[in-house]
Amino acid sequence: MTSFAPVSGLVGGALIGLAATILMLTIGRIAGVCGVALNAVTASDAAGRSWRLAFLLGLPLGALLVSALGLKDWSSITFPATTPMTVIAGFIVGVGSIAGSGCTSGHGICGLARFSMRSVVATVTFMATGAATVFIIRHMV
Amino acid sequence: MPVIFSLLAGVIFGAGLTLSDMVNPARVLNFLDVAGSWDPTLIFVMAGGLAVTTLGYKLILRRSSPVADDRFHLPTRRQIDLPLVGGAALFGVGWGLAGICPGPALADLVTLEPKVLLFVAAMLVGMIVTRAWRDRVYAMKALRQS
Repeated sequence: MTSFAPVSGLVGGALIGLAATILMLTIGRIAGVCGVALNAVTASDAAGRSWRLAFLLGLPLGALLVSALGLKDWSSITFPATTPMTVIAGFIVGVGSIAGSGCTSGHGICGLARFSMRSVVATVTFMATGAATVFIIRHMV
Repeated sequence: MPVIFSLLAGVIFGAGLTLSDMVNPARVLNFLDVAGSWDPTLIFVMAGGLAVTTLGYKLILRRSSPVADDRFHLPTRRQIDLPLVGGAALFGVGWGLAGICPGPALADLVTLEPKVLLFVAAMLVGMIVTRAWRDRVYAMKALRQS
């Protein structure tokens, strides 16, 4: 069970938006985690790799920062999928995010903020198939 | 300098994912579970994120270039095509299976949970394979057209 948390959701969401805004203002880039992750590994130039690796490194550092401030209790967080299922899920997420040119952050935040029709379609689609998947797992299997 | 800026953005992004509890698979799965223990928190995360980003982008994109680069790197494609819809559909299935998407997966590395590490590794493999396959399809198309 998780209890509805609109305030921390809004505040956390606003921080995500602030991060996306900073990345656009400073280096003119979309804060889409999947594209950044792939190109951090595959970019042919060192400058292209370094800013992306710095951004990705920032994600766990930000999580640690919130923990250090005493604002996060990790003990309740579990990963319910089995290990094989987690590996399959990770692979599918990787394939889908690159085939679909974006993930929750790239389409769901940055794309929607630019009123991109592609991002609207992608966001509606992955939310629908995500909900369908959870419905099957939780209510049918 | 770009490295400092993107590190700062990454830290704030990770802090936002953590504060909003998007790092918690149960939180995400409960959002997707509309027929069961539905938790609408994710909508508020998106609302907060979109409010700031929409306004931020609107102001920033009036400039001719960003602060530390000579141009904005924005997607140019407009077409709603099969890779977009099929890819997003697949992405949603993976998201629903584990309750983890790429950003939270990386933030969740701080738990040192082996499953998170495996998720990230499998995700990177999926990404690299897909990019290689797509490059090949494009190369073959270009070859046929020439």
